Formats: sequence, C-alpha cells, structure tokens
Amino acid sequence: MLNNITIGQYFPAKSVIHRADPRIKILVTLLLIVTLFMAGNFTTLLLCGGFTILSILLTKIPLKMYLKTLKAIWMILFFTAVLNVFYSTGEGDPLFKWKFISIYSEGIERAVFIAIRILLLLIISSALTYTTSPSELTDAIERLLKPLKFIGLGGAVHIFAMMMSIALRFIPTLIEETDKIMSAQKARGADMESGGLLKRAKALIPIMVPLLSSSVRRATDLAEAMECRCYNGGKGRTKLKQLHLGIRDWLILFFAALLLTAVIVLNTLPVI
Amino acid sequence: MSILKVEGLTYIYGEGTPFRIAAITDVNFEINSPGLTAIIGHTGSGKSTLIQHLNGLIKTEPGHVFVDDVDIWANEKEIRDVRFKVGLVFQYPEYQLFEETVEKDIAFGPRNIGLDEDEIQQRVVWAAKKVGLTDELLKKSPFELSGGEKRRAAIAGVLAMKPSVLILDEPTAGLDPKGRDMLLDCIVEYQKSENAVVLLVSHSMEDVARVADNVLVMNGGRLAMFGKTQEVFSRGKELEKMGLAVPSIMKIVSALREKGVNLPDGILNVTDAKDALLHLLKGGEPNA
Repeated sequence: MLNNITIGQYFPAKSVIHRADPRIKILVTLLLIVTLFMAGNFTTLLLCGGFTILSILLTKIPLKMYLKTLKAIWMILFFTAVLNVFYSTGEGDPLFKWKFISIYSEGIERAVFIAIRILLLLIISSALTYTTSPSELTDAIERLLKPLKFIGLGGAVHIFAMMMSIALRFIPTLIEETDKIMSAQKARGADMESGGLLKRAKALIPIMVPLLSSSVRRATDLAEAMECRCYNGGKGRTKLKQLHLGIRDWLILFFAALLLTAVIVLNTLPVI
Repeated sequence: MSILKVEGLTYIYGEGTPFRIAAITDVNFEINSPGLTAIIGHTGSGKSTLIQHLNGLIKTEPGHVFVDDVDIWANEKEIRDVRFKVGLVFQYPEYQLFEETVEKDIAFGPRNIGLDEDEIQQRVVWAAKKVGLTDELLKKSPFELSGGEKRRAAIAGVLAMKPSVLILDEPTAGLDPKGRDMLLDCIVEYQKSENAVVLLVSHSMEDVARVADNVLVMNGGRLAMFGKTQEVFSRGKELEKMGLAVPSIMKIVSALREKGVNLPDGILNVTDAKDALLHLLKGGEPNA
C-alpha cells in the first residue's frame, strides 16, 4: 500500500537526459523554474510548455509516471485555480455575479495560467528526480555548493550532502520496514482501517514504536560501519565517480538559456 | 475436507513499472490433515509472498485460498478473523515488539480477537510456557530481553491466538544451535498439542529433515514439488539444480547405496542412519 509513492523516485532508463551530468540537470531545472516565473503571457507560457513536453519525451519515461505524480497534487492545483477565479477582478463587466461572488474573464484566464504554471513546475521537478538517482543528485548538490568553502562552510557542505544522501538512501528502507511491521501487526489482528480519530491514532503505536526502535538501531549500525571504514568527514575524500561535463551537457544548458532569453524577449513584445 | 487449499495463485509485484516481477505463478496445493509442512526454496523463489497470501495480507488476485473449505476473501470485511485462524510469524519477529511489558505484548493478539480479560491472561501464561519464557520475564520490557528471548516472546504473541494454521517464516534464523533446537521443539510441540497445520519456511535442510512431515518446494515462483519429506529428499539431483541441498546425512546414505550397501528407505537423520548401519554391521537382514 505504501509503494505507490512516486514523488522523488528514480526511474531507470537509457536516455539522453539520464546520461546528462546531474549538475547540469539541477541547474537547468532551476533555470526552467525561473523561466516559468518570468513567463508573463500565454505565448511564453506555451513556449515553456513545449520545452517541457519535449524534455519529458526525451527522458523516455512513460507519461503514465508523470500523471501519477499529478494525482498526488491535483487538489492543490484545483484549489489554487478556484481561488484565483474568485479573487481576481477585471476591468469589464463580470461574467457572473451572485451576492458577493463575481467572476471576471480575467479571473478565469489567471486561474488557467497559474494552473498550467504549477503543472509545469511539478513535471519539471519530477523529470529531475525520475532521471537522476539520489546518489547522483546529492553528489551534484555537494559539487554545486562547493564555492561555500570560501565563506568557511566547506565542511558543512559535505556534512549536509552526506546527511541528504543517507536520508534519501533510507527512505525506501523505512517504507519497506513500515510495510513489514504493519503486516506483522495486522497478522496479530491489529485494526488500522476502522474507528474514530483517537482509536486510529492509538492503532499507530504498534507501528511507531518498533519503527522508531529499528531506526535507532539502523543509525547506530550505520555510524559504527562508517567509523570502521575510517570515515572522518569530507576532508581529503575523493570520488568514485568523477563528474565530467561533455558537449551534450553544454548543449542542454545552452537550450535552457536560449529558452530563458526567448521568454524575456517575448515578454516585452505586445501581446499577440 | 481440506484444512488449507490454494488454487491458481499468481502474484505480480510492481505491475506497470520497470520493476515488474512475477513473484509467484499458478501455485496449487492442498493440506488435508494436521502436520508440519516445511516450505523450502532458493531466496526469491516466492516463499514469503506465498505465505502472506495465506492469511489475507495480500489479496489473492487471481487465485483462491480456502481455509476449512471457505474462501478467505468470500467476505472481505471479515478478513481479520482469518488472521486469528491462520497465525503468521514473520522473519525476525522480535522487531515487532512494542508494548511496555512482554505480557502486554503477548496479549495484543488475544485482545484483538476480543476475548475477556481472564481468557487473555490464561492464554498469555499458556503461550509463554509453550515457548519457555519464565514468569519473571513476562513483567519485563521486551527491549530488555536477549535476542533469543525476544524471538520467543514474539512467537508467543502469535501462539496466544491459538491459530489452527500456524505459519512461520524462518523462525530460527540467526539463533545459536541450542536456541534453534529449542524453538523447533516448541513448534513441534504446538503442532501436536493443538493438532494444528504448521507451515515452516526454512533454509536449514537438517531442520526440515528433523521436524517436517511434508515438504513443499518453491522454485522461480512456481510450486516445484510437494510430498512426504522422504520422497522430496530422495530427489536430491533435482533439488540441487534449484540451488537447494539435501541434508548431509542423506547424501552419505545415497552414496553408500550407490556403492551397494543395502540401506532401508526412510532414513532422514543421523540416528536412523546409525541404527540402520549398526544393524547391517551386526549381520542383520537388510531392509529389516
């Protein structure tokens, strides 16, 4: 029941995007997010949409996977859109008026605009996590944050990256563990699906206590294993996988930059 | 009448993702009388998935599981009652202990059945005795116990529900030889005293030969063999192909047979082999 969580899940495949340098992927994702917020009219938004669709086609990941992440947030999407419809006022006459509620055509336009923007944001960020394994991701973050050492935060960057990779590494383990404990308690007749709020909260105790104790155990084991292998922080540590930028990576970055420029330029033009 | 019957069971993990794996494919078997059946198979052969179907933790889709001739999914709302009838002890069950005292933890199952306090107390004491936990341990926190004691406390938690079908997934994994033998004896004793059907997943062929009446072999998600322990282990060559071994003593016996030593059938353990060999050496009639 817990294995349908898809946000932040790596989806192995052989595609240009999968092979691209994770640092570039993070930068491009950030760049695309900025571009999305820069896009001020439908023309530029459609341009971003086209770019996004092209990118996710290049990832060779079934569209079904992207739709699955949408399922998790469609409520947020829906409410943001609805609120925008009601709270926007326009210049002309309202399309619909009832007591204090009035809907303007601008409001609907705005709602659609914002919904598309959130949708694209979500798709872009899931494309990043789908095509980049957690270890690649943290590796890239560590590398990108390296300049922080100039303000005396070099050690912190490594610790942060290590914490992140450990946390990411243990998400599936803990999900699996939770599943196992739930099954074990269900096998003893634990009832987690019925009853009021208090009863349900109480039903969580048989799951939370073993989960907590096993997390502590795992943490101790991991710490000991790391000590045994002489882990002493980031100092003098080398990488098994060195990241290299290839022509493909520069091209990807170039196209993203091109998109940003195009959006900025098109924004200044009068709306067609 | 069958006590436990499995029909056309297939289960696929991660349908629609690249991680799609058929865990079990078209498994059919039937157990008609009380006894101890061992489930053996290479890692990933589908043993764990199979046993989770038997108490309704995984929905049969497609396929059927019948307990006492009733399809366990006939009434979806009553699936919880099936779990009291079919007790399942997971691998490393000690990690599921959560109560303040061992006593309360063992009482968790019986309390979920909805028994009255007297009956619960009785069952706790009874189950603790079955697995050899002393009264003073019952008052302790489960986190203070030793590894072996924790394991036994967790198993007692399932025994206390007095299931007529008891399934254990590698109950002896990680225990020392003494603890292992003791636990196996407890399980055999439970089977006999309650006249229950016990299914035991195990990787130790010696243990299987010692306690099992029947053996069920899983291979690549399919049921490969199901029969009397003696019959299954006599197919040593096939078992080896599946990455399984027969107990060492049975290897010796079959090697002796190939050399022309006339040993009787039905030798499963060292004691039997010793008796048969001594019988022959003393000049007794072969196959007596």
